[in-house]
Amino acid sequence: MLVVAFVSFSLFNFVGDPINNMVGEETSDEERAELRKTLGLMDPIHVQFSRFIVNASKGEFGISYQLRRPVSELIVERLPATIELVVISALIALITGTLLGVYTGINRKGFLSDFVLAVSLLGVSLPTFVIGILFIYLFAVILGILPSFGRGEVVDLGFWTTGFLTVSGLKAIILPSVTLSLFQMTYIIRLVRAEMMEILQTDYIKFARARGISENSIKYKHALKNGLIPVITIAGINIGTLIAFSIITETVFQWPGMGFLFIQAVQFVDIPIMSAYLVFIAFVFVMINFIVDILYYLIDPRIRVKGDVASG
Amino acid sequence: MTFLKINNLSVDYQMRKETVNAAKNVNIEVNKGEILGLVGESGSGKSTVGNAIINLIDEPGKVSSGSVILGDINIHENSESVLKYRGNKIGLIFQDPQTSLNPILTVGEQLIETIQTHLKLSKEEAKNKSINLLKEVGIKDAETRFDNYPHQFSGGMRQRVVISLALCCEPELLIADEPTTALDVSIQSQILELIKKLTKERNLAVILITHDMGVIAETADRVAVMKSGNLVEIGETKKILIKPQENYTKSLVSSVPPTNKKISRFVIIEKENSSKKENNIKILNRWTKKEIIDQDLVQVKNLSKSFEDNFFTENSKNSVMAVNDVSFEIKEGESFGLVGESGSGKSTIAKMIVNLFKPSSGDILFDNVCITKIKQKSELMKFRKQIQMIFQDPYSSLNGRLKVKDIISEPITLHNPSISNIDLNNYIYDLLESVELNQKSAYRYPHEFSGGQRQRISIARALATQPRLLVCDEPTSALDVSIQAQILNLLKDLQEQLNLTILFISHDLPVVRQMCDRIGVLKDGKLCEVSNTEDLFLKPGHKYTRELLRLMPKIESIYN
Repeated sequence: MLVVAFVSFSLFNFVGDPINNMVGEETSDEERAELRKTLGLMDPIHVQFSRFIVNASKGEFGISYQLRRPVSELIVERLPATIELVVISALIALITGTLLGVYTGINRKGFLSDFVLAVSLLGVSLPTFVIGILFIYLFAVILGILPSFGRGEVVDLGFWTTGFLTVSGLKAIILPSVTLSLFQMTYIIRLVRAEMMEILQTDYIKFARARGISENSIKYKHALKNGLIPVITIAGINIGTLIAFSIITETVFQWPGMGFLFIQAVQFVDIPIMSAYLVFIAFVFVMINFIVDILYYLIDPRIRVKGDVASG
Repeated sequence: MTFLKINNLSVDYQMRKETVNAAKNVNIEVNKGEILGLVGESGSGKSTVGNAIINLIDEPGKVSSGSVILGDINIHENSESVLKYRGNKIGLIFQDPQTSLNPILTVGEQLIETIQTHLKLSKEEAKNKSINLLKEVGIKDAETRFDNYPHQFSGGMRQRVVISLALCCEPELLIADEPTTALDVSIQSQILELIKKLTKERNLAVILITHDMGVIAETADRVAVMKSGNLVEIGETKKILIKPQENYTKSLVSSVPPTNKKISRFVIIEKENSSKKENNIKILNRWTKKEIIDQDLVQVKNLSKSFEDNFFTENSKNSVMAVNDVSFEIKEGESFGLVGESGSGKSTIAKMIVNLFKPSSGDILFDNVCITKIKQKSELMKFRKQIQMIFQDPYSSLNGRLKVKDIISEPITLHNPSISNIDLNNYIYDLLESVELNQKSAYRYPHEFSGGQRQRISIARALATQPRLLVCDEPTSALDVSIQAQILNLLKDLQEQLNLTILFISHDLPVVRQMCDRIGVLKDGKLCEVSNTEDLFLKPGHKYTRELLRLMPKIESIYN
């Protein structure tokens, strides 16, 4: 976190002169110096950095150069859109990925398995924006059943704006979330498939068969539970990646989330937004890894015991 | 009364190019209350037969013909019919208790599920039954252990859990596939006792699949011998072991190291021919042979090694003393044996002697120089050259991406960089022939060789630097008995001709008796006693040694 904070802080300071970006052409040198002083830009680097950290921890990232509003306010405004998109696509990726992975792992030679795998290969190799554009072309332009951009109508709950409560909002989220989830889904399919195939060869599955345990219980209870352990790790990392990938998807679909905000910020060299975004993403990554570790602890009894020993 | 009848059972593995017959027309009968031993070397098809009874053959293998009759029902009528006998009428135990339990389900969950699959019991009743079963197989505090996960049990305890799982639905036939191979001697004898006791109490029919003749001699009533898919001989254990009719059985029995006497060489019936008898240790000409001086080549003084469990908690209670204040000497030219169960620290000592581990305290003197204190790399190299090691697993100790020639030449060129190519090649050929491999082997890759041949390559590699001390860490425990006999013969010959000093590490007491002049017994990192081999076996001094000797499965027990 500190490292990322430092990088984004450096961005602030060394990519061009922030004052130049903020003031107009006709500002005099004295006025610039005055502004520099009031903004604390004359202080030594470490003082500035510690102030940046303190402010960042309070959620204050300064004022956007371009929109002239506090960055924190902008982020809070855009956050719900991104979170909704990422959560939906993570769910799609996890559920469909696991189901298809299990299916292809068990029926290794079926036609459907080969088909799924072939399609998943496409999912890995095609870049997100190509898929996004293809989807728009197919569903919005040719078939005309789904909107091609935006969030549709949103309902403001005060602290959160959601698209889940309106039909147009729900419709709008389908294309971007599917696009975003596709890459992760193929990843999960392949992982679950490999895990299932490996676990079905293990001795304890063979022993379970020898005890006459029903095939369904073997596959979905004994094998799948073991197979999901690595999926959790990967999924944790991938949710972070999803947020990162969402920059592209949000741009393609004009989705008013943080990724879109970031792209716009890049275009206008709006450094406060960029640095705030970086810090925010780093924070999300750390939180997710933390949650994954806790989940691990809950699911895998072997880790539970190790933890006990370490703490006691 | 014949309970299980296997008629003309064949198992085929349909490969891309050919069909492999893993079992050919096998006929076996088993009675109730009887233990039938099924022996054979690896690849003989003994496990295949065991699994074929309940049709648990991995793809692409399948039972191609024959019938299995349990009571008077043919359970192999069609591929579905056998499913309802699995776990219900027939229980199966696998070799490795570490892997045969599902790691993320508690023992109780696995028991209850199995019971409820076959018997119409409520969860409460199933739980009571499970706890009684756990008690029956000798697990203390069964009520609390019920909710434990498999990794919280030791190896022997896990195998008990596996047995309870195999027995939980009152099967009448129990198939035990190498049930004790992965366990220590003391636990092995407990498990075998348990199986014998259950056989009597429950009037079970048991098929005990094993490669260990000692186990067969002590437990089985009748024995069936298999070789490459064929049933060679079947009959009463006593008859087969004392007066085998078939040549294969004879050679198998003769390659088992006897526990009650020391023999000079193993008799190898199949392979031993006259041409082999002549001295073919070719590297003798190149060997700068050291005269044996009456001195201690290796002195180990108060050696200790602890492994810290955690980086942060150094010297805390968590650290494990793998080796604890061990002292012994190895005389030049002798074979010194270190025996002990798993975790006794025998391999750790070996690794410290070859300088792979640094001892926590204590000294190792080689040729009166303390090798643990050498700092300079060049000095260290001198000792590395004189001490070589042979590892247990011939599969992982050879680099699969190098040709045999390169594997063997590496240590030579390392210690003698100026050797010419022709010299090097001739040296490698001589080495290979000394371990009874032909010159062509030099241009092949390790995976083209069998386990025994690989171990020969390992030996050739170890001899390449002309060492004075050879450290053998369980060199034969991954091998079949007949191969083991060949390798042990080879090591004996080499030692005699080359004046080698050998540190021989093994858990297998009969083997150690055949190989070693003196033996040290280790337990939990401590040395219990050191004495001459025959003294140790005839009048063991330490309580633990007596215990080990009592528990070791003896093929001779058949005469009692």
